[in-house]
Amino acid sequence: MTYDERLQNVCVLGAAGKMGSGILLLTAVEMANLSLKPENKGKTFVLSAMDVSQEGLAGLMKYLRVQVQKIAEKKMVWLRNMYADRADLIENGEIIREYIFDVMNIVRPVTTLESAYSANLVFEAIAENQSLKVRIFKQINENNPNKPWFFTNTSSIPIHILNQEAGLEGRILGFHFYNPPAVQRLVELITISENSQEMKDFALAYAKSMKKVVVPSNDFAGFIGNGHFMRDALHGIHEAEKLMKDYSFTESVYMINKVSQDFLVRPMGIFQLIDYVGIDVVRFIMAVMNPFQTNEDLHSDLLDKLFDMGVKGGQNSDGSQKDGFLKYEKGKPVAIYDPEKKGYAAFAEYSEKCDNLLGGFPASYQPWKTVNFSKTKEAQLSQYFSDLNGMKTMGATLAKIYNTRSNAIGQQLVDSGVANNATDVNTVMLTGFFHAYGPINNYLK
Amino acid sequence: MKKLGRKLYMAAGYNTISLGTGRKEFNPKKERPGLEHYISEAGKGTLAQIGGAANVDESVIGNFMASRFNNQGHLAGFIPMIDPGLQFKPSIRVEAACASGGMALITGIKSVLAGADTVLAVGVEVQNTMKAIYVADVLAGAGWFQKRKAGHAYFFPGQFSDRAGAYFEKFGKERTRKGLSRWYRNAIENARLCPTAQEYHNTNPDPEGTCYKMEPNGASFLDNLNVLDCSKVSDGASAIAILSEEGLAKCGISKKDAVEIVGFATSERDITKPPTDLTQMETIRDAAHKALANAGITINDLATIETHDCFTIAGVLAIEALGFAKHGEGADFVYEGNTARDGKIPMNTTGGLVGWGHPTGGTGVHQAVTIWEQLTGKTGAAQIEIPADKPYGMTINMGGDDVSVVAIVYRKEV
Repeated sequence: MTYDERLQNVCVLGAAGKMGSGILLLTAVEMANLSLKPENKGKTFVLSAMDVSQEGLAGLMKYLRVQVQKIAEKKMVWLRNMYADRADLIENGEIIREYIFDVMNIVRPVTTLESAYSANLVFEAIAENQSLKVRIFKQINENNPNKPWFFTNTSSIPIHILNQEAGLEGRILGFHFYNPPAVQRLVELITISENSQEMKDFALAYAKSMKKVVVPSNDFAGFIGNGHFMRDALHGIHEAEKLMKDYSFTESVYMINKVSQDFLVRPMGIFQLIDYVGIDVVRFIMAVMNPFQTNEDLHSDLLDKLFDMGVKGGQNSDGSQKDGFLKYEKGKPVAIYDPEKKGYAAFAEYSEKCDNLLGGFPASYQPWKTVNFSKTKEAQLSQYFSDLNGMKTMGATLAKIYNTRSNAIGQQLVDSGVANNATDVNTVMLTGFFHAYGPINNYLK
Repeated sequence: MKKLGRKLYMAAGYNTISLGTGRKEFNPKKERPGLEHYISEAGKGTLAQIGGAANVDESVIGNFMASRFNNQGHLAGFIPMIDPGLQFKPSIRVEAACASGGMALITGIKSVLAGADTVLAVGVEVQNTMKAIYVADVLAGAGWFQKRKAGHAYFFPGQFSDRAGAYFEKFGKERTRKGLSRWYRNAIENARLCPTAQEYHNTNPDPEGTCYKMEPNGASFLDNLNVLDCSKVSDGASAIAILSEEGLAKCGISKKDAVEIVGFATSERDITKPPTDLTQMETIRDAAHKALANAGITINDLATIETHDCFTIAGVLAIEALGFAKHGEGADFVYEGNTARDGKIPMNTTGGLVGWGHPTGGTGVHQAVTIWEQLTGKTGAAQIEIPADKPYGMTINMGGDDVSVVAIVYRKEV
């Protein structure tokens, strides 16, 4: 089966979700582009957008229309060529409207699994729940005569286990997008020994066509991205818990969040990142990964406690941030949850005290948004960390400990065979987490 | 042209800002002022300098495509909105694509020659109501619609990219791109001296280098021009008064605060035919030389020119059409600094279309306002020296791909 034939009938499971909607968009556009090729004229391309939520699917179609329009507006030169034979479509606006229709016309929003029974390729982006995934894969596989390929977006469950439990004979691989899939360029590709070469080649071609940066990860729970993030998050939580012996909960969280964002020149602090992903999701991923660990405990009582109190973070369907460890106003953190008082305490109540405790930044400090897009990024970071290294303030000390731990986590991923090399680890953190520098670095050495 | 029956003047020019990307005030996600605002601001700006609406006999408004940008036709009806004193007075809307502003001036001039003493001329366009990719559709209306299907996604940029490509082939790409990049630098540096310019806030330390290094890429935009070679999408309006000697007296304007119109011409090329030579602007050449002949001067008498650089290559081709450089040497002429504000013939001294902005229907009037400012010493930081033996300025306003051209010659009153 050729690349084009494989993409003639596809199903995305969980299509209305945060990840699924992005995967659906990218796939719909890729399929529509194929359908416009002269050799594919007259062939039918079908993309089933399967989700259990009717409401979600209605929202998905609106999202799709808006996003496809934006995509079309950016490739007008190409589109005019593709529609050159349509004498009725003259202006850019007419061509864009037709293209939006052609993309939407491929998509079939459905709530039943039967639509996957004729697919050649199934993208799975449902909840991170092993038994649910296995059950669905099994059901599709048993009812689909095409021996379909399964691309799972799992961020933590080992692929060989899904393969084995669902009886997929090597027709599954991990194709892990980062949030939001339409924007984030990183894809972690997790193959298993039973995968056919054809399937691996297809995955690479598909990723390339969508201009994704592919990083291969070996099949260990959590892969590279969560392998680093979960341990990094636990370090932040533990550091905050240490501070809690001398300072209040809110002060401790404030300080570690500030150290992990500003002092480490990262796009967001660790508690904000946990909120972004969702306290519930982080807790769940740790639970998936933990049984596979031998010498460490990937678990946090603090996350359990907040989860039990209903403090979960995550995002609203419009992409806005829900309150978690931190409270957000217009996307910016303004307060921290105090479990004792069961409410949020504004930064203003303790920020001055904490900022004084942490001490100032080195003179060479520049925020992430300046450094990350600078042409002299390397030199700026080298100078900054060199200056930081010479400081003994509480902020500098916590940052150095944090950076050293992040470094060790990265190295651990290489040493344990999760990642093939340091570059892959760094690429995941640079591309998938927008870090300005990779965890495996020599800045403090 | 026969000898003019009356003396003609322009005075009391006013420009709004040219709003669009580059201006700090511009936020595509926020609501912006509409047509009404710009017409009103520019009109009031001129009325305030001529003793009010009571002194206006007629008005003319130039606009290209409000019918599509703003879903608004019938712009003559917005003239009395500027001031109740204009109610029930004559008002005309004229359209000649990007030469609509210039054609408004010509219409006003004809009114004064026919007996009016004071005509208010306004040019306006508000284009940021849509994204550039749709703006391209609207502006394509300045070409022959039957050619739209075969045209580029960015239709007019495509036309001038083809011109640049033909010029590269004939006279050398590197040499030409050096000239185009210098043109861009002059535009930005001049715009930084003019608070109403769209590029007034531009801080690029090396605009010439940036433009030169930005290799054109046909896969995403154009084969032979980059985005900096193109004027931007702009919202803005300009106004000026066209007066007889009696008009000047009625309005209380002294001649030293006015410029005399000593020559003008319009010229029209068949829109359904392609240019005979992509490397030349024959309509500009025709109109400009007719206007100079009418004024009884040569290009050597000109102190400054505002020319229609909707694209950098259009600036170079206009230089050759005017005769400042031989065919094929226009880019060198620019690269050598001759068109800079301290050069042999300063051009587009407040940035031109690339630097000041190009609110299409307003551009022709904006050019006249700039020449009026320069010849009367009102240009502020952008003021250039006007040599005593060269008291003339000129505007060249083009509609479409060298289809409609308005050329006007102005003289400083001494």
